[in-house]
Amino acid sequence: MQTANKVSQQQLTGASGQQITCLRFTGDISSASRDAVVGTYQALDKASHQRILLDFKGVEYLNSSGIALVIQVLMEASKSAQTIAISGLTPHFTKVFTMVGITKYATLYPDETAALAAL
Amino acid sequence: MTVTSGSKVEVRLPSRLGFEKVAMSTAAGMAKLMGFTEDRIEDLKTAVAEACINAMEHGNQMNASVPVSVVLSMKPNELEVKVMDNGTGMESPATPPDIDRKMSGEEEARGMGMFLIQNLVDEAEWVSGTGTDEQSFVRLVIRMNKESE
Repeated sequence: MQTANKVSQQQLTGASGQQITCLRFTGDISSASRDAVVGTYQALDKASHQRILLDFKGVEYLNSSGIALVIQVLMEASKSAQTIAISGLTPHFTKVFTMVGITKYATLYPDETAALAAL
Repeated sequence: MTVTSGSKVEVRLPSRLGFEKVAMSTAAGMAKLMGFTEDRIEDLKTAVAEACINAMEHGNQMNASVPVSVVLSMKPNELEVKVMDNGTGMESPATPPDIDRKMSGEEEARGMGMFLIQNLVDEAEWVSGTGTDEQSFVRLVIRMNKESE
């Protein structure tokens, strides 16, 4: 019943000229997505990936266990002084992420273009 | 299709993660028939999915052979959803997540389901049963127009 989740990685350049590592998720983000979310993040070399954009535009289903995985990434990133930004959330999940306090540790952008313009 | 207040739909799900999406889609379909707005339907979908996940994980201990029953009842301007399991119930009200404590590792990253349910629907009550003989359930009510808006 769980739709397979996929993640793709791309190096982008922000408006500031800095390199942004974009992780684009698709499918379901739930408790079964640990490898896709936390595993993919942990596989990045922390020194060379200082700015990371998590893009949820292609995500079809997201639940609280999936949000907990995002919090785990934020926890680890804060220890390594990495900046995490989030894009592509629907208005509903923008509300939910705000409700649980994630906006205190990551800026939410409506889409990748808006994120790159600000980073 | 004529939507009549009083119409009821029951869904029985195996306690296996992913099947909560069946209840979520059913609830969304009913709410759409009733004329709920898209944003209210999204609130309902998340609340129903979280209630089913709690029932599978905490109520039925992920025993796939023990079903989670979901009863959806159309009422005038509101949809009531009862999610039943064989556990001994959940404590309410939910503690709001403390993001600072989560970030410092003092609080588990997980454990936001009840909080989300309470904040996305108009009424949420958790009723404890005794297990197999008397099921525990969460009863959610979502109105077509959110009271606080």
